[in-house]
Amino acid sequence: MCTECEELIDPKQILLDDVITKYKHQNGPLIPVLQQAQEVYGYLPTHVLQHISKTMRIPLARIYGVVTFYAQFRLVPSGRNVINVCLGTACHVRGGAKVLQTIEKELKIKDGETTEDRRYTLEVVACIGACGLAPVISINNEVHGRLLPEHITGILAEYE
Amino acid sequence: MAENQRILVCAGTGCASSGAGKLITALNVELKKQGLEETVTVVGTGCQGFCEKGPTIVIEKHQVLYTSVSVDDVAEIVASDIIKDERVERLLLIDQITQKPVGKLSEIRFFAKQHRIILQNCGVIDPQKIAEYTARKGYLALQKALKDMSSDEVLEEVKKSGLRGRGGAGFPTGLKWGFCRGAAGDKKYVICNADEGDPGAFMDRSVLEGDPHSVIEGMLIGAYAIGANEGYVYCRAEYPMAIRHLEIAIKQAEEAGYLGDNILGSDFNFHLNVFAGAGAFVCGEETALMASIEGKRGMPRVRPPFPAVSGLWGKPTNINNVETWSNIPHIIRNGSDWYTQLGTEKSKGTKIFALTGKVNNTGLVEVPMGTTLREIIFDIGGGVQNGKAFKAVQIGGPSGGCMPESMLDTPVDYDSLAKAGAMVGSGGLVIMDETTCMVDIARFFLSFTTKESCGKCTPCREGTKRMYEILDRITKGEGKIEDIDTLEHLALTIKETSLCGLGQTAPNPILATIKYFRHEFEAHIRDHQCPAHACSALLSYSIDAEKCKGCGLCAKNCPTTCITGEKKKPYVIKEDDCIKCGTCVDKCKFDAVIRL
Repeated sequence: MCTECEELIDPKQILLDDVITKYKHQNGPLIPVLQQAQEVYGYLPTHVLQHISKTMRIPLARIYGVVTFYAQFRLVPSGRNVINVCLGTACHVRGGAKVLQTIEKELKIKDGETTEDRRYTLEVVACIGACGLAPVISINNEVHGRLLPEHITGILAEYE
Repeated sequence: MAENQRILVCAGTGCASSGAGKLITALNVELKKQGLEETVTVVGTGCQGFCEKGPTIVIEKHQVLYTSVSVDDVAEIVASDIIKDERVERLLLIDQITQKPVGKLSEIRFFAKQHRIILQNCGVIDPQKIAEYTARKGYLALQKALKDMSSDEVLEEVKKSGLRGRGGAGFPTGLKWGFCRGAAGDKKYVICNADEGDPGAFMDRSVLEGDPHSVIEGMLIGAYAIGANEGYVYCRAEYPMAIRHLEIAIKQAEEAGYLGDNILGSDFNFHLNVFAGAGAFVCGEETALMASIEGKRGMPRVRPPFPAVSGLWGKPTNINNVETWSNIPHIIRNGSDWYTQLGTEKSKGTKIFALTGKVNNTGLVEVPMGTTLREIIFDIGGGVQNGKAFKAVQIGGPSGGCMPESMLDTPVDYDSLAKAGAMVGSGGLVIMDETTCMVDIARFFLSFTTKESCGKCTPCREGTKRMYEILDRITKGEGKIEDIDTLEHLALTIKETSLCGLGQTAPNPILATIKYFRHEFEAHIRDHQCPAHACSALLSYSIDAEKCKGCGLCAKNCPTTCITGEKKKPYVIKEDDCIKCGTCVDKCKFDAVIRL
């Protein structure tokens, strides 16, 4: 490895430090900092949490407590395509569970898991607010509505 | 010939996911092609309310609604409606009763029976332009409050209006404000609770997306009455468009002098921040919400002290939800006498409901308090989809209950619904038909509350889990007859002993379903049958070899390849791989698939 490069700081860390500087002196900075750190890294790796702890002078245990409390934060990286299956009430009564079962069977993963090739991550969510189109799933925030189990294979194939 | 006019395209979350963005681009391209870009403006509005038929557009000049519009329809709309002033009949809504196309918004049953006050700007104005809000009397209420009224008079007016909190519990808003105003301390906060977590509810999101200034104006007036100078809007991170519109609105209000220091030349200062939640249902509870803003785990705490005395960072704080805040400008501008004419004796004003599930017209509905469920579901919602029989309406989300047909004439107001074992809640109305299993619905809500329970108090953490396990067992046909009593006993204990509203109301869906649908519980337990054919563990599919013609349609549509066979010979379902989705039943033209 080039020894000079060791001196360089990871560009992501520069972004993270900017975020920390921006929020550090505001009231209640932790959650916005974690949200933006996750935007930078895609998830919250241990070394990032340690860095936040050190620079913001917040105990790591407290940060870990917050990260594991909220559904938005992830400690492991997700796949290239994140599938959110809505199981809100409207989707439930219009057959959301069958859509979920079909996806689970097709990809051989369960809620919260990622396929081995890192192509898909499956997550169950409660209501994305597109109840008029129930049952819906969203893949990378793109909503597919009025679904039937037989639509699934075709839709999944669109995402590499 | 086309004159200056506007085409309103619904760009709320529902229609955006049906392709409203592409529609706006296509309209602009087509107008330019026809040389009309100077005279005709395309406006992306908030939710127009009729999500079922999205994307929808309104030709403002004649108040005509076009439904399920696609990019391919754009050229015809411009050529016919805009240029020749002739309606595009095939895109008009077909009235369910007369089976004729309906031309005008005011003639559409879905809209005709509504009374839109809070939603009056949603779907009509461009929410990203403050000028469109002020052109429709926006910020006049703030001016009236600051210039002509003392803070006492504002408080008195809100008290007289009888407004009650729209977040669910229905606490009188004026009284709540009074507590915070009377609390000792120089620094006070007002908070808008936009953590709309109830599955099946999206009215707060639509108000924030479609008319964000009305919420800001309401908060400003509240802060003036209470004596607060800083505020937060706590919005779910799952609502990115609402957050974006709110941030734009705050910036524009600051530039226009409605937010900041010395507002409108007075000595009143107010600063507003947006806080994006991080995905926790319990944060809709006010003490949990404040803990979350402080950067902690969003866990509720014991009250008292109430937030009005010791809230955010220990300072007196007043929290109201989105819809409550957006009522305020109307009350101040038009006076409490006008407001009290709407609604019932103890529940004033209007309420927005999100009508979803197996109903023909899903969407947002605003009606005066006291309207009956039947009017909302059948007159406005157009009844149950696909000609199926109505079974129940779920009202109030995970804190509410399911009401059967016999309760449909219940007026929707805080007290009548509480008496019937449900609650107004945030306003989700989910319609269920004969194919919905009520035990499964109770299990569904419990699976939601067990996941969302924060774990701080034992009755909620352990109790909801035990109730879920029992319900899960019943839906698998493994229930015992004494389970029903155990459920009721557990439910009452959890209701009485939980720390916060989440636990105290979590048993409601169970108690209400046992009260009105006990026979369905008994059918699962005694007969091992699901009357609605919904619980997959109690179902089995097979193919009647005599009826099967071997067309292969079932196998072709089966999402799991569990149906095999050769053409022109009877097909077979391999039970181990079957996910019991029922697609084969729907597809078979010869009634050869047997469901037991």
